[in-house]
Amino acid sequence: MSATTADAVRHAPARPWLTAAIIWALLLTVPVWLPMLGGYTALAGRVLVLGLAAMSFNLLLGFTGVMSFGHAAYFGLGAYGAGLTLKYLAASTPLAMLMGVLLGGVAGTLFGLLIVRRRGVYFAMVTVAFGQIAFYIAYSWNDLTGGYDGLRGFNRAPLDFGFATIDIADNGTAFYYFLLAVFAVATGLQGLLLASPFGRTLLAIRENERRARFLGIPIERHIWMSFSISCCFTALAGALYALLNNFADPMGLHYSLSGEIVIMAVMGGMRAFWGPLVGATLFVVAQDYISSMTVNWMSFVGLIFVLVVLFFPRGLLGMLQRMGGR
Amino acid sequence: MQTATPHGIGRRTMLASALALAAPPIIAARGETPVRIGMVDPLTGILSALAASEVEGARYAVERLNKKNGILGRQIELLVEDSANDVGTGVQKTHKLIERDKVDVIFGDVNSGIAYAMSQVTNEAKVFHIVPGGHTDPITGTDCKWNVFRICNTTSMDAAATTGDLVQRFGKKFFFITPDYAYGHTLQDAFIKRLKALGGEYQAEQLPINTADFSATLIKAKAYKPNVLLNNMGGLAQINCMKQFTQFGMEREMHLGGALFELETIRAVPREAQAGTWAMEWWWDQPDVPEVGAFVAGFRKTTGKTPSARHWFGLVAVESVRLAAEKAGSLDGPKLSLAMEDMALPPEVALQPGRIFYRAGDHELMANIFVGDVHPPAGNNPDAVFTATSVVPGEKAAGPVSDTGCKMVHPA
Amino acid sequence: MLELILFNVTNGLIIGAFYVLMALGLSLILNLSNVINFAHGNFLALGGYMAFVLTPFIGFWGALLVSPVLTALFGFVIERLMIRRVYARDPVYSLLLTFGLAFIIQDACRYIWGPNGLPMSIPDVLAQPLTPELFFITWYRIFMVAIVIVAVAGLFAFLRYTRVGIRIRAGTLDLDTVNALGVNVGMLRSFNFAVGSLLAGLAGVLAAGQIGLNPNMGDDLLMPSFIAIIVGGIGSLTGTLLGGLLIGVAAALTTVVWPAASEAVIYVIMLIVLVVRPRGLLGEEGMLT
Repeated sequence: MSATTADAVRHAPARPWLTAAIIWALLLTVPVWLPMLGGYTALAGRVLVLGLAAMSFNLLLGFTGVMSFGHAAYFGLGAYGAGLTLKYLAASTPLAMLMGVLLGGVAGTLFGLLIVRRRGVYFAMVTVAFGQIAFYIAYSWNDLTGGYDGLRGFNRAPLDFGFATIDIADNGTAFYYFLLAVFAVATGLQGLLLASPFGRTLLAIRENERRARFLGIPIERHIWMSFSISCCFTALAGALYALLNNFADPMGLHYSLSGEIVIMAVMGGMRAFWGPLVGATLFVVAQDYISSMTVNWMSFVGLIFVLVVLFFPRGLLGMLQRMGGR
Repeated sequence: MQTATPHGIGRRTMLASALALAAPPIIAARGETPVRIGMVDPLTGILSALAASEVEGARYAVERLNKKNGILGRQIELLVEDSANDVGTGVQKTHKLIERDKVDVIFGDVNSGIAYAMSQVTNEAKVFHIVPGGHTDPITGTDCKWNVFRICNTTSMDAAATTGDLVQRFGKKFFFITPDYAYGHTLQDAFIKRLKALGGEYQAEQLPINTADFSATLIKAKAYKPNVLLNNMGGLAQINCMKQFTQFGMEREMHLGGALFELETIRAVPREAQAGTWAMEWWWDQPDVPEVGAFVAGFRKTTGKTPSARHWFGLVAVESVRLAAEKAGSLDGPKLSLAMEDMALPPEVALQPGRIFYRAGDHELMANIFVGDVHPPAGNNPDAVFTATSVVPGEKAAGPVSDTGCKMVHPA
Repeated sequence: MLELILFNVTNGLIIGAFYVLMALGLSLILNLSNVINFAHGNFLALGGYMAFVLTPFIGFWGALLVSPVLTALFGFVIERLMIRRVYARDPVYSLLLTFGLAFIIQDACRYIWGPNGLPMSIPDVLAQPLTPELFFITWYRIFMVAIVIVAVAGLFAFLRYTRVGIRIRAGTLDLDTVNALGVNVGMLRSFNFAVGSLLAGLAGVLAAGQIGLNPNMGDDLLMPSFIAIIVGGIGSLTGTLLGGLLIGVAAALTTVVWPAASEAVIYVIMLIVLVVRPRGLLGEEGMLT
């Protein structure tokens, strides 16, 4: 967590809009080119959802320098929040998303209060443990969450704007664009946040916490807010995941998913804004492809973790940034 | 020096093309397009042993059929995907098989939760779906769907079949050790319903799914002095409970019983603990049915293994598709579903006595339940670990369709 | 009633002893190297499987001695090949590394020994209950506790009285000074990791005798080990010892009154500790980064 500030400046992309433009061009035309490469729309949906989760997580890791290894908890809570709303409250997609964000966000905010003074591996350990608490509640509270078998019996509801209805329930392509729209709004907000004075402060904390403290910045409060915001966005991704599958299950809260979110952020480049999305694309596609080829795909996934850590720690966009910056 | 070179575009295109080249080629039509069956099962994770057997059984059936006429004269292609015991992955793979690989039929999943989530996808896509080995009741009960059929029994059926045998042979006082989740609850409730109808009494203890140490509960059981101890746990917990039951010498005071047991699981139990009265959903040793002997011999020759119930599920799934397709003359989802209703399996597929058919009201296969005793291997055969004491017809164990809560709605 | 409570406390100590063994290994590695070994549960599985392989040749007792040593060797190699490269970097990398290793080792176990559970035979003399009245305490359980006591005592003695042990303890507090005093810190860390792995391997052999072998067998012990460390306090091995025993006894006692909640109670204890005394029972302030 201690690259120098000069280092950070030198590695910023020279034309940041170029990366964004390429990414958006690709995302908007997915239904056109993806099937030609042997992909399918549901895969793109999964990439978007997990990419959003990874980007939300990266607000903490890449931009505040804080390591949470239990982020799947908020993802899963978002999924359950959305699912429970659709099942018991109302067949309303916006309400489901809101409730999902609230459930995961509030949990994260409260939990953040408890642990905000901790750092490093202790912080990571406790976040893992909290994630497992959420996992345990999800698979034990049979009456509410459906327990081990998961929460089912709900469907995403068509969006009714009054003047027009968009059927995202049965139309796969329409649902993809809905996901993309929500993704756009969420990442837009994240970008604005990082460019704001608050975001700049987070960067300062990442670079050198002690110096930031001497500057009079209330470190714990900022870390807590960053944690809270990150959890809210992650919960939104979780709510979208529930809509994608029409299902919420305890494995969405398990620490193995937390680890996957972290590797996505790292392998795409945790210092780059779009890094986690790139990482999510690589990871999800690789996993999808490898698991169709061999039963031993878990070894390959583990190998990806090991290789990225040992040989590509900066991630894909990090490497590109470095090369472009020279 | 700081100009941004178009590395970004170059890299991305390269990656995309690499992916395209590496993507598995869609088989070009050489004359007839093959019939594609997509099978989603948890090949990794705690259910992997059972899933592997199901896939093996299906593969065996596909190879056998392809040597003859295939389905409707076309060769069969079995595409297997790993759901990794995770719902998101299972749903995603189902989308993949339907949208990208354009399968005609879907099989899956051993994990009931995943099977249910998959059924929502297949129902929307109007694709014929068989659940070979997922036991949860609602799949052919309150959540039944016109395109979904199931081969293995419901949890209730297994419990119902065993209760009668246990009460008759050992007595009416039961003690239940049950895992605290949907499967456990359903199982226990089914047992209790039948037990009460026979005038029995019981005590029950609910434990976490992955309990490793049963001593506290077994002490309570001993104090209660039941006729039968019902071990409703699953997987590793089931085995550990059996081991500790034997370690504590409790078989001298009460009999061990339970519902579902599988050959794959028995192999993991140490010899001295191989005991108890259980229900098998199919068993390879049926001297009264000649087709079974032939099948077992052929299967052993090809795979070197003795077939288990899971193998049989996989085989029946493939053969059912063939039979339904022949009856319907097509692989269209709605047509296959109508053809399957009330369809009976021929003896070389049923591999057991009686009329084995898919009940129209709930799409559940009415197969026999083999209730009997597990014991250490008899003679030289390491797989001779079970002896059936009664064969309960599926319909008797299942009760009427109205009990299941299924209201089948067919597409217009 | 008293007898029931007594039994359950004893049982809890037995379960707790198991948690302690796992958690101590994890704690050792954490304290000196700042690495959370997510693969610890898989090291346990490896220990168990290796015992399974060795038992036909050198018997259970032989496997009990050799298998943990082999596990330690394996841990030593892993540490030298991979983990030491990431010490200097952001801790997230070491976490991801052990995470990836966990996947690989679990899959390797499944590939080599199959997804089915495998039974492990223990010597008949251990499989007997103590007395007919005390039918629920088999000699194997006593044996497990005895081994754990020996191992823990050995560990504490090692850390207190041997030179290497003292260096490890010193390194936990101030690694730079230890380095400046001329100690080969790299070797120290590798050795420390090996000792942690040895404990995991030992736990694996004992577990195999009790619950059999299974590629996932370590997974259920990883979280309680984490919690034992958090409750006991990071940086303190005695704390980990107490934490493990505490949650073991708590889980066992809960089984008497409310069996379904016996898993939940350890999480509740953790939350209480986090709120009331965040550094853990015996943790020290300043050991928290």
